[in-house]
Amino acid sequence: MSGFLEIRGLSARLAGTGQRLLRAVDISLPAGSVRGLVGESGAGKSMIGKAVLGVLPKAVEIVEGEILLDGQDLLKVPPAERRRLIGAKAALIPQDPLTALNPSRRIGPQITDRLVDILGWEKARAASRALEVLAEVSIPEPERVMRLYPHELSGGMRQRILIASAFAAEPKLIVADEPTTALDVTVQKQILKLISALQARHGTALLFVTHDLGVVSKVCDTLSVLYAGKVVEDTTVERFFAAPQHPYSRALLAATPRHTDPAASLQPVPQAVIDAAMAEIAAADAAWSAHG
Amino acid sequence: MLDGRGLIRRRAGARLWLSGLWLTVFVLAAVLAPLISPQDPLAQDLMLERLPPAWVAGSEPGYWLGTDSLGRDVLSRIIYGAQVALAVALVAGLATCLIGSALGLVAGFYRGWADRIISRIVDIWMAFPPVLFAILLIAVLGTGLTSVILAIVIIDWTRFCRVVRAETLNQSKMDYVHSAKVAGFTRLRTLLSEILPNVLPVIVALLTLEMGIAVIVEAILSFVNLSISTDQPTWGGMIAEGRTSIHQAWWVLVFPLIALFFTVLSFAQFGEGLRERFDPVLR
Repeated sequence: MSGFLEIRGLSARLAGTGQRLLRAVDISLPAGSVRGLVGESGAGKSMIGKAVLGVLPKAVEIVEGEILLDGQDLLKVPPAERRRLIGAKAALIPQDPLTALNPSRRIGPQITDRLVDILGWEKARAASRALEVLAEVSIPEPERVMRLYPHELSGGMRQRILIASAFAAEPKLIVADEPTTALDVTVQKQILKLISALQARHGTALLFVTHDLGVVSKVCDTLSVLYAGKVVEDTTVERFFAAPQHPYSRALLAATPRHTDPAASLQPVPQAVIDAAMAEIAAADAAWSAHG
Repeated sequence: MLDGRGLIRRRAGARLWLSGLWLTVFVLAAVLAPLISPQDPLAQDLMLERLPPAWVAGSEPGYWLGTDSLGRDVLSRIIYGAQVALAVALVAGLATCLIGSALGLVAGFYRGWADRIISRIVDIWMAFPPVLFAILLIAVLGTGLTSVILAIVIIDWTRFCRVVRAETLNQSKMDYVHSAKVAGFTRLRTLLSEILPNVLPVIVALLTLEMGIAVIVEAILSFVNLSISTDQPTWGGMIAEGRTSIHQAWWVLVFPLIALFFTVLSFAQFGEGLRERFDPVLR
């Protein structure tokens, strides 16, 4: 099976210290499906999203692997071509709606600029498309909102606009980087539903980066559990919640709060599980060093 | 969902109006000097030396702010002095702003070797005492309005460079810059149409501040007799001349000082007022 997005054996490290950040990550995302990337802070889930979109920090260098977007290896094309490819086929729903819109520019051009300048659309067509997607994310009075500045809108509205903007160019892939983390709980739910609905309607492949397993169960088809930059489990959502295979996955699931059984909630990951996972990773690293 | 945020109106504020009023008077005085000066600013008349201002006993009609020790009308000289002050504020202010901001934007956005080179030069530059540096430059360049402006630009671009670099660095970390990169915009386009508008309020505030500073630097150079020829009255020159006769004729020193004070103050306040009024981001 070959996905729209196919990551194969992606390894990355910190340029200065050589510390390993990603360890032979394999991820396959068929067109129109949703994959969750879960793991604790520092597990490398955001890093994978950034690598796919070509916005890794300079300090991170990719050691080996492939990132195939629609069959083309992003790591093998020159930077300008890569930017063009990503700009045309992928989009980002960022984490923080408060800083993801340019504060000194009006909403309208922030959505249409990309359509006109990068994808070469007519101005009128871009404007009507912007109105269309804004209506699709239930923004009231889209004509008026197009003329507003970001600070004139609430956080939830801004996140809707960012979602509209991500879908505006009909990308085949969207990377959502913790899109609900910065929002309050009531708004989170609406936003999740909205992303799910748009994804289903447009048939977009969605890479959903989150640390919230509850979110994964609502939105995703498949998921990859990351630990220390390594995919420790790659499974479907049903199988994961029914019977997680990897001990770390089980520990992660046990750490999720449940109001039905508060006493059993919020279990820290046992030290034995961490030790076992680290040993597994050390073994993989040793094998890697041997062949490299 | 649509709340009141779009409806907030900000008051223009007394700050903007008062400073704007003074600056208008200042610009008009400079532009219309030949028309509105009551006397020839260079005409000496030893019969009229050290006349007090109009409201003090012993004054002459037509010499509102008195005369200096050579019998020249103080008010007319202040009006003509505004010409030099205005030229220096505008030309030196703008040139300093353009050069300093451009370098600051490049250093803050592209980082790497460009940043290292620019930042080191700024560090070295700022280790020179500015007034001595200016005097030294004038000594090399020769006196004259162009030299004064050049000296101000050469010394003060670092002020813009440092602040604009820091602000650009801040803005570059924002998610919207990230999004622009993902969308496929070029680096230059991201810098000019995404980051620059957000740095602009800071640049405008600095520009008006710099205009005030330029006026002061010119006054200092005039004070040490290194500005421009004696044929053109300048505020700094008047203050220097007034200093020698402060006990006999305080007005020769005090009035140009007041003009200088209000002009510099107004520039700074005007910039701050503009930012308050027009910055779309409520900081």
